[in-house]
Amino acid sequence: MSYRIRIRTTEEDYGCPPETSLLAGMERLGRRGIPIGCRGGGCGVCRIVVESGRIRAGKMSRHHVTAADEAAGIVLACKAYPESDVTLRPIGALAACLSRGRDRPADACRSASSEDSNSIEPQR
Amino acid sequence: MAITGVLRPGHVQIRVLDLADAVRHYTEVLGLIETARDATGRVFLKAWDEHDHHSVILREADESGMDFMGWRVDSTATLARLAREVESSGLVSDLSWLPAGDLPATGQRFRFTIPTGHVMELFAEREKVGNGLSDLNPEVWPDGLKGMSPTRFDHCLLYGDDLDGTVKLFREVLGFGLSERIVAGPDQLMIGAFLTCSNKAHDVAFIRQPVKGKLHHVSFNLDSWGQVLTAADIIAKKRVSLDIGPTRHGITRGETIYFFDPSGNRNEVFSGGYVYYPDKPTLTWTDDELGRAIFYHDRKINERFLSVFT
Repeated sequence: MSYRIRIRTTEEDYGCPPETSLLAGMERLGRRGIPIGCRGGGCGVCRIVVESGRIRAGKMSRHHVTAADEAAGIVLACKAYPESDVTLRPIGALAACLSRGRDRPADACRSASSEDSNSIEPQR
Repeated sequence: MAITGVLRPGHVQIRVLDLADAVRHYTEVLGLIETARDATGRVFLKAWDEHDHHSVILREADESGMDFMGWRVDSTATLARLAREVESSGLVSDLSWLPAGDLPATGQRFRFTIPTGHVMELFAEREKVGNGLSDLNPEVWPDGLKGMSPTRFDHCLLYGDDLDGTVKLFREVLGFGLSERIVAGPDQLMIGAFLTCSNKAHDVAFIRQPVKGKLHHVSFNLDSWGQVLTAADIIAKKRVSLDIGPTRHGITRGETIYFFDPSGNRNEVFSGGYVYYPDKPTLTWTDDELGRAIFYHDRKINERFLSVFT
């Protein structure tokens, strides 16, 4: 059995079985809409907001997903397992990096992450 | 004795999200040996060729990352002297002494927070449990090794903001050499520093980033490029999260592969690199050659490698 996962930003779809994380399912099928970091719930790069559908979440670093974030539907895709069809939107720092210039990635990420902490992430 | 003062990285305490998953990774995939657990649930491990009781400590927590790194110094007299000099340098904060036995089989430790926000410790005494081989007419490796079976915990690479302050502390107070550095822009701002207290190309490295106290990776030493390739096989066989490699660094010349523990902390196993002496010139890399400096073969900057840390 496989659920249909839609990545809102790129309008890509992929299938993901319930025992496979949303990130691993995307990687397995060669889609590219969610940024890939550590795959272990530690680095916060694959932060997504679940816009519709149900997921089950494993343990994630509280530095990147607070209890309030989780209540607002924010999870790390590497630790989110689908329980229905899901529509998601990436909001991680690397998503911002990737949409900026590739010449100076360290600088792009620096400005991206400081912008993130103002707009999306509360300071912590 | 030619290597004096700070001898080597003695321990690193790593925060993990699930202790059982982490122990499985560090013992079966990496191949460290568990030597103890304490009343708070922490797990203590060592690499096979280390004689000291432990070098890696796992603590279950809500966040991944590094709690602290500890440095083995040559004597209790050196510990007292360096504690005084670290304190009077004015470069550190949150100084404290931890009593003997706070870490098992370990003497008292002097703890402080360095300008990049990392908690560092100095200690002089830790029980020797041996490397599984005799001290008299030994074999070359013990039986029963698992996983990648590195010889030792080798170094950490850490991210933080006040790189200049941290480099000053390590060079001028703790007696480290600067083996290599990365500079950027017209002002040649130092953005990376590779520091050594020994004959190794690095014992710790720091990258300038607008964060405090972050961990880029914890590294373990292998004996050969062949063992790095075997590590790559193990990463595939065990379905471990691969970061990048096998490849080679320009910086330090090490042959390397990077992967993540189940909590997202980056691990490295590597072999090779040159022998450092204190009179060796510091090597400098400019940011326009950063791709080759970091990954010598494909000479490209890898975004995940730079921007993913815990």
